Amino acid sequence: MKRKEQKILNKNLLKSPTGIQGFDEITGGGLPAGRPTLVCGGAGCGKTLFGMEFLVRGTTQFNEPGVFMSFEETNEELIKNVASLGFDLDDLIKHKKIVLDHVHIERSEIEETGEYDLEGLFIRLNYAIDSIGAKRVVLDTIESLFAGLPNQLILRAELRRLFRWLKEKGVTAIITGERGEETLTRQGLEEYVSDCVIMLDHRVTEQTSTRRLRVVKYRGSMHGTNEYPFLIDEDGFSVLPVTSLGLEHIVSSERISSGITELDAMLEGKGYYRGSTVLVSGTAGVGKTSIAAHFAEAACKRGERVLFFCFEESPNQLMRNMHSIGIKLETWVKKGLLQFQATRPTFYGLEMHLAVTHKIVSVFKPDIVILDPINTFVIGDKDLEVKTMLMRIVDFLKAKQITALFTSLTSSQGSLESSEAGISSLIDTWLLLRDIELYGERNRGMYVLKSRGMANSSEIREFILTDHGVELREVYIGARGVLTGSARMAQEALEKAEVLSGRQDIELKKRDLERKRKVLEAKIIALQADFESEESEVLKTIETRQNVLKRLGQDNINMAESRKTDNENINISNPKK
Amino acid sequence: MKPKRENSDKRIKKEKPVKTADDKWVLRLYVAGKSPKALTAFANLKKICQEQLDGKYSIEVIDLLINPQLGNEDQILALPTLVRKLPVPVRKIIGDLSDTERVLVGLDLLPVS
Repeated sequence: MKRKEQKILNKNLLKSPTGIQGFDEITGGGLPAGRPTLVCGGAGCGKTLFGMEFLVRGTTQFNEPGVFMSFEETNEELIKNVASLGFDLDDLIKHKKIVLDHVHIERSEIEETGEYDLEGLFIRLNYAIDSIGAKRVVLDTIESLFAGLPNQLILRAELRRLFRWLKEKGVTAIITGERGEETLTRQGLEEYVSDCVIMLDHRVTEQTSTRRLRVVKYRGSMHGTNEYPFLIDEDGFSVLPVTSLGLEHIVSSERISSGITELDAMLEGKGYYRGSTVLVSGTAGVGKTSIAAHFAEAACKRGERVLFFCFEESPNQLMRNMHSIGIKLETWVKKGLLQFQATRPTFYGLEMHLAVTHKIVSVFKPDIVILDPINTFVIGDKDLEVKTMLMRIVDFLKAKQITALFTSLTSSQGSLESSEAGISSLIDTWLLLRDIELYGERNRGMYVLKSRGMANSSEIREFILTDHGVELREVYIGARGVLTGSARMAQEALEKAEVLSGRQDIELKKRDLERKRKVLEAKIIALQADFESEESEVLKTIETRQNVLKRLGQDNINMAESRKTDNENINISNPKK
Repeated sequence: MKPKRENSDKRIKKEKPVKTADDKWVLRLYVAGKSPKALTAFANLKKICQEQLDGKYSIEVIDLLINPQLGNEDQILALPTLVRKLPVPVRKIIGDLSDTERVLVGLDLLPVS
């Protein structure tokens, strides 16, 4: 819907792109073509530079020559001033791409004697425009005329005529104006230039300064209405169109390793999602930076580009410190895969940080951005602002599919989770490092507080920094609670001993049983022997008896035979036969 | 460019309420076309010069519509503008020169009262 409207409007209103980074985005294409635009702001806020960049980029990028009419600085001064931004005005002038015209009015030299107009200025401007076929004009700062010419009535009438004339001439013009007390400009130029008004601001809060830009008015066009931070550096202007971002970024399901095997294991064995935002928070000295360094190293090994913002340590100090855990970051710096960006958070304001981040990221094009740590931004009661800034950074990085890792220092007082509530909603994966104080020693514990879109481990792991990197150990969880460090080792030893003694016990019991069995067996054998001997004895007796009986029978028969007794008696006396 | 000492000598002389100068006066009148203001200015200038300078002057009229590039040299914005090139220092008088007294002040022909 909005886009449709914009398209229709764009058809009606031609725009003249400025080529200034970010500015064309917030204005939907640049300044209104063929119309004058008022750029106002206080001293030193970058009005002249804005105008100059508009001209230089206009001629170099869009082939639209320009005229710069300066009422303050001389041509030489201008050339020198913008040379620091890499603009070679001399060359452009030589090639008839730009005309510099310094208009000098000396109040003391001028005497007013009746009716006059500013036709001279018109002719001069016209001559300059026609000499190179200029499409763009900058008048910087036309308000100086008010100091030079006493008759304000004539001047105001002539200015009105000038702006109308510029429109008729069809040039895209920038008119700069000094900021007034209650009005946008000291001389109320906004009355005359009403198509587009841009306000530049240079504000100092809490001793840090921030440059901001706002499109106050843009007739016939949609535009961002916020205050946008901007940056002036060696490449000129860059405006940060931060809030134009929505929650529409592409989501990747690719996983990337955290650089710590055990940590990957805690995250379904795969690590973080690409393009997600990871927060590592914890108290002082728990190893947040080490986790960040691991991540950076792992990424560089995969051949990805890493941008490391350090707000507390110098890159050299950080690299030295990481040596102690066996991570050699300088190799990757040399290969150009890793870039450090070290600034004190207080060096400039939040928006400026944002702008700097924006710019460096756009230039370096990293796959991973590390901010270490983010909470140093919180100076005073600026929680909301910090949150907004982080949200902007997160959105910006997400839109670019850049994985971000932030570290955050939490104070040991108060809850570890609540202090970060301000940004927790922005974070996809949150690793919490905490120190566990037990039995007179302080150990590091780590757990995954949350990890969107994955079944993460709920375990608390002991976090150990060794000379070959970070290790995560299983902690002892038993009847005596969570034990770490030497307490864990003691407990483990104790358990080992218990196991050992248990084993011995079993062994003993087994042997006892064996012995008993053997005793029993021996007894059985003895009994059997007894029985056998008894049996054999009994059998012997029986045999003897039988023999006796046999003999007796035989004797009887013999006797009967001898006596010749009848057979009946024999049979009775010897039934066995 | 003339040596500085001469300049300062001239200024001292000019600060006195004298009506005539030793050297010739070089005046330049910038106009844009033959506008009423331009014509008025030229008429007024001629009158003042005849009365005050007694023939020791030259007037050069420059029409910026014809020679626009000539305006830059004298930093001309307002029209008409009268520039006193000589004697130095350069003075500029803008307007149609209808306020004779101010023209004289501007040309250093009258002391500022």
